[in-house]
Amino acid sequence: MKIIVPVKRVASLDDEFEMREDGRDVEPDFCEFDLNEFDEYSIEAAVQIKEANPDAGVEVIALTIGPEDADEVLRKALAKGADRAIRIWQDALEGSDQIAIARIIAKVVEREQPSLVLCGAQSSDHAHAETGMAVAGLVHWPHAAVITHLDYRPGAQSALVERELEGGLVERLELETPAVVTIQLGINKPRYASLRSIKQANAKPLDVLTAEELGLSEAEIGVPGSLSRVRRMFPPDRRRSEMIEGTPAQQAARLLEIIKETLH
Amino acid sequence: MSGILVLAEHRRGEARPGSLEAIGAAEALKADLGPLAILIIAAEPQKYVEPFAVGAVDEIITVANPAAKEFEPHVYEAVLSRVIEERKPSLILLPHSIDSWGLAPGLAIALDAGFATDVFGIRREAGEIVATRAGYQEKVWVELDFPQKQQVILTLRSGAFRAPTELASPKITALEVEGVKPRSSHLEWRDPPPSGGIDIPGSKFILSIGRGIGDEANIEQFAELAESLGATLGCSRPIADNGWLPKARQVGQSGQLAAKCSLYIAMGISGAVQHQWGMKHVETIVAVNKDPEASIFGIAAYGIVGDMLEIADELRKQVAAAHAEAG
Repeated sequence: MKIIVPVKRVASLDDEFEMREDGRDVEPDFCEFDLNEFDEYSIEAAVQIKEANPDAGVEVIALTIGPEDADEVLRKALAKGADRAIRIWQDALEGSDQIAIARIIAKVVEREQPSLVLCGAQSSDHAHAETGMAVAGLVHWPHAAVITHLDYRPGAQSALVERELEGGLVERLELETPAVVTIQLGINKPRYASLRSIKQANAKPLDVLTAEELGLSEAEIGVPGSLSRVRRMFPPDRRRSEMIEGTPAQQAARLLEIIKETLH
Repeated sequence: MSGILVLAEHRRGEARPGSLEAIGAAEALKADLGPLAILIIAAEPQKYVEPFAVGAVDEIITVANPAAKEFEPHVYEAVLSRVIEERKPSLILLPHSIDSWGLAPGLAIALDAGFATDVFGIRREAGEIVATRAGYQEKVWVELDFPQKQQVILTLRSGAFRAPTELASPKITALEVEGVKPRSSHLEWRDPPPSGGIDIPGSKFILSIGRGIGDEANIEQFAELAESLGATLGCSRPIADNGWLPKARQVGQSGQLAAKCSLYIAMGISGAVQHQWGMKHVETIVAVNKDPEASIFGIAAYGIVGDMLEIADELRKQVAAAHAEAG
């Protein structure tokens, strides 16, 4: 029984950054990259199912879409307990939106036939909250989003899940499986990879495929496979805070004044 | 393709505010796009007709389905797809709510429609819809368009559009949609644990701490600092997730709304949109953060770029000194 965990290499911007010449993204030189925080939790959720069912032969497969740099997030997933990894890339995938990415994940899901697909509820860079549920739509599987509890036994026909809603309200529900769910922060405590497991991760299989090899046509990938297009990206011209300068002592003194002024 | 369709969200018998804001967003687009219809999918949809008969609504479409007493994404998606195929609206608006996180992407796939989420600006340019959202942790804005798409689905950021209050007298149309099956079943609701006397919604003054605190061992000194300042201690999601403070102290979309707060000091909180939601009624925000580009500085009246622990240390010393002087 397989669990697929799609993961994303997300970008965070440096203190200062410049836009790309075409104005549609930030120059990658001004970005730092890491594994999406939400995906730490989906990896952990998958590995916990594997560990709780040692006789079920659970295989956790980490999957990402991106050029070679993206291997680092797959290695991280492998170090945290995934068994093998798949990376999909070809140049025509440049310019893909979340839906075009989901089309690739969906093809891998069709090929591997997992019992569960566990995605992060959103990515920490752009927070679209689209990819996971789009995969469910593409493969026509049952799905539930923003899960803070997952109770699934390999081989079962359904899973018990809890969705966390606005205001902290929780809905408990039973979901048919195989299913796609998206995982909310806080569902578990993601483990740190030990030095030993980081070493072992390098020996685990990491397959690289193209979208074409998965059977996707040109019309389904990259820009043609997307449902949106970035016209323009720009730092907003928004009101900035009045900055309180000085030493920490001076800043604290001014803050105490503000407290007095505001509350009296 | 013409017209605008808004999904009416409801939960536990109550209409949800996000759909009312979507009605407000649709109002400005009606002149270009055509009439505005609201779709209510529920076991007894007539219950929700009244709260959604507001603003620029021209028609309310009801679909009764016993499996839709509460939100069920598979039922909703199937009903929406059917209604959209029949009515052919050019724009479909949903709140960017947790429910629509589970619904909207699948719907966009089913309709092959243009799609963007967490949108806070919509305009028409040369006959095309252009949506604005944020990117890179709110540090940039992103304008999206939808080349060659006949229909566009947008989910709207909470608080970005004004909900109308004036009453309307829309036409009511009951539609039947057959053969729709749920694939999950609601078992129970669980309300958030009792707050134990912690009152974020009622507090005038909140000192809130986030990830910048670094270590659980530092929590206690901020609890003491809040008390000495006369503030209620609040926190962002990671602090509650770690179990460092109870959920009742969490400000944000999945926590509490600071509804009556005059002064909010956010320390070590970068300002994720879900947290900003909890601060939307605050009069004065002061942000203390190491990152000069943290998005919280875009909404705070005052900002301090610095280490929250150092600032807290100074605050404590100066408050103690003032007490000693007064005493």
